Amino acid sequence: MSDVLERVKKIVVENLDVDGDKVVESASFIDDLGADSLDLVELVMAFEEEFNIEIPDDVQESIRTVGDAVTHIKAHI
Amino acid sequence: MFDLTGRTALVTGASGGIGRAIAQALSEAGAKVALSGTRENVLEEVAATLKGESAIVPCNLSDEEAVNGLVSKTEEAIGPLDILVANAGITRDKLLMQMNDDDWNDVLSVNLGSYFRLTKSCVRGMMKRRHGRIIGITSIVGVTGNPGQTNYCASKAGMIGFTKSLAQEVASRGITANTIAPGFIASPMTDVLPDNQKEALLRQIPSGRLGEGADIAAAAVYLASNEAAYVTGQTLHVNGGMAMI
Repeated sequence: MSDVLERVKKIVVENLDVDGDKVVESASFIDDLGADSLDLVELVMAFEEEFNIEIPDDVQESIRTVGDAVTHIKAHI
Repeated sequence: MFDLTGRTALVTGASGGIGRAIAQALSEAGAKVALSGTRENVLEEVAATLKGESAIVPCNLSDEEAVNGLVSKTEEAIGPLDILVANAGITRDKLLMQMNDDDWNDVLSVNLGSYFRLTKSCVRGMMKRRHGRIIGITSIVGVTGNPGQTNYCASKAGMIGFTKSLAQEVASRGITANTIAPGFIASPMTDVLPDNQKEALLRQIPSGRLGEGADIAAAAVYLASNEAAYVTGQTLHVNGGMAMI
């Protein structure tokens, strides 16, 4: 199993069509990576599928950065 | 034109006149159709009239849990859902002065609440597949109002506002959301009206006749089609010219 950050990165690059270099832990999906709120929903859906976890709606709202996503995923896989 | 081969559709209220006609037309156009409603024996009858593949997924729309599970039940039966036709509705007609909380809550919950739940549970898959058609059957009275139907008209107007908002949220993902607003449609209820009342009704309709289920069904087939990809957030009025909005 590859590193969670790497797998998250791959999904973000594919979904948001951004440069891999920009996908760092501190990057905000909306402010730095150009995502809109619907992109964010889709990203969470992709994370759920990749890691086979369920991310509840109230948690989704707290996921703002790549690091937030990684932290949450690590805690739940 | 308007070929739905390979598409899947869920029609709620499929045991009623309009729902049945919609199911038949979608099936005729090539779609696999799941029929929902409460009267299972009637759904069986409707299924028997469809030429293509179909499934029966009974559901009581006042049961929130059952509504939440309806889309997954449908997808188990006919595959990932492309087309949702939310057609089921109830009335509890009374003057506002006589309307109690149950009259209000029942109508809002079945007509509008179930629309929210059904839409929410199918839009996720549609987003992933970059394709979907949400079609809400509202009513002319949701736009014009009608005495004795504050609850029903509120629910139908609510569907229109809901659909417009949803349409904006999901348009970029290949999903359209529209409503169809039927006028007076012939039904067992209008069949038994006395002649003088029928005439009074017809005087309001420039086309000079009541609508048929097939008139509404044709609109649904259009909105479900690939050709209607650029039509979203609209209310298609099918009313013989009774109200031009």
